[in-house]
Amino acid sequence: MTHTFLMLIRRDLLLAHRQGGASLLAIAFFVLVVSLFPLGVGPAPEMLERIAAGTIWVAALLSVLLSLDRMFQADLEDGSLDQLALLPIPLSLVVLAKAIAHWLTTGLPLTLTAPLLGLLMQLSPDAYGALLIGMLLGTPTLSLIGAIGAALTVGVRRGGVLLTLIVTPLYIPVLIFGVSAVEAAAQGFSTTAHVLFLSAMLSGTIVIAPIAAAWSLKLALD
Amino acid sequence: MAEDPLLEGRSLAALRGERLIFTGIDVTLAPGELLKLVGRNGAGKSTLMRMIAGLVTPFAGQVTWRGNPVGDDRDGFCAEMIYAGHQDGLKTALTAAENLALFGRLRGAESRSADHALAAFGIGDLSDLPVRFMSAGQRRRVSLARLLVAPARLWLLDEPLTALDTGAIEQLGAVVDAHRTDGGMVIAATHADLPGRPGKVLEIVPPDPFDDDDAFEDEPDASDGLEAGA
Repeated sequence: MTHTFLMLIRRDLLLAHRQGGASLLAIAFFVLVVSLFPLGVGPAPEMLERIAAGTIWVAALLSVLLSLDRMFQADLEDGSLDQLALLPIPLSLVVLAKAIAHWLTTGLPLTLTAPLLGLLMQLSPDAYGALLIGMLLGTPTLSLIGAIGAALTVGVRRGGVLLTLIVTPLYIPVLIFGVSAVEAAAQGFSTTAHVLFLSAMLSGTIVIAPIAAAWSLKLALD
Repeated sequence: MAEDPLLEGRSLAALRGERLIFTGIDVTLAPGELLKLVGRNGAGKSTLMRMIAGLVTPFAGQVTWRGNPVGDDRDGFCAEMIYAGHQDGLKTALTAAENLALFGRLRGAESRSADHALAAFGIGDLSDLPVRFMSAGQRRRVSLARLLVAPARLWLLDEPLTALDTGAIEQLGAVVDAHRTDGGMVIAATHADLPGRPGKVLEIVPPDPFDDDDAFEDEPDASDGLEAGA
């Protein structure tokens, strides 16, 4: 079972690598959206510093959203979702493997890019740690919640907009705690509470999201 | 041949969009047997196939494998079954050999090589070609070659002959025959003849529509109203 699970992650990474560009697109979108803000609100450092955390987090969230709709759609279209559903492991583990692969190809690269954008946004030097840890804990949650939305809209024509409408409200808690962790760190407060909240959300969704997504995938295949 | 059936489906019924597609279908399959599903378009051949595979929940009835309902040990059943749907389920960005290796490894069968499977369907020379450059028939051959990459007792083939030329149909017939000789079982939904030893045939006929009419006979007004509405 572990073997199949790891093979599934490798499969999605191989496909992402072959089809190319998934990670690069997400990063490019992330960088572009964030770099719009200095142009839009002006380059005054104190202004940028105030909006840095929110801007980076919102842009990361949008980048993840943008990459969600192919999570199951491509596999449904060519029939390989049937084959995945018929593997001798529970469908929820298939979903978990795909969510992990999704995070490795989007959430992780975004997390690693975030400090560079912090530089651009005049982020306070004390806040980089909180930004990194927050995104490290928050982006997997985004991928997992996104899996539910992607599974719900998998058979829907032009489901991308619907997916956004379903998933965005569910992203709000991650956004709130992610941003406030950075702001707390910038002002010299402890970030333990925020980090614990982000960890709790990750632990919760890692259990619930694969099961919920597996259920909606079963309905889509039925 | 007198072995007990491993796969049994009892009084299966399918409901699609509030319409009863078939009802009272019984399927039994013992080692070495081939079952051909026939029926007009839309009779529910694919639905029955997906139902046996466990992708579609039966509206009524039950599928059992080795005497136990498949729902009791789904993973065990899936490990012994390969479903080849009418979509080929291949990744076009990968080569034929990569597709097969992926399929084999996901099912935990490292040892069998993809080359002999491709050779059995006459496309051994195409193993390094990405699937997106292949014709429909070649893709179908690759998708059928999966049957030989991971061992499975039961093969479910939904329209396996689509896009295949006569040579490939002969090869599939030989592969199916060899599988049956080894005690394997095959269910194939196809109208054309599969070469090789003949098997059982199950025709799926639509359920009698009279049941609905009977219900309305006591209330002719309701029936009239319905027809006018339709």
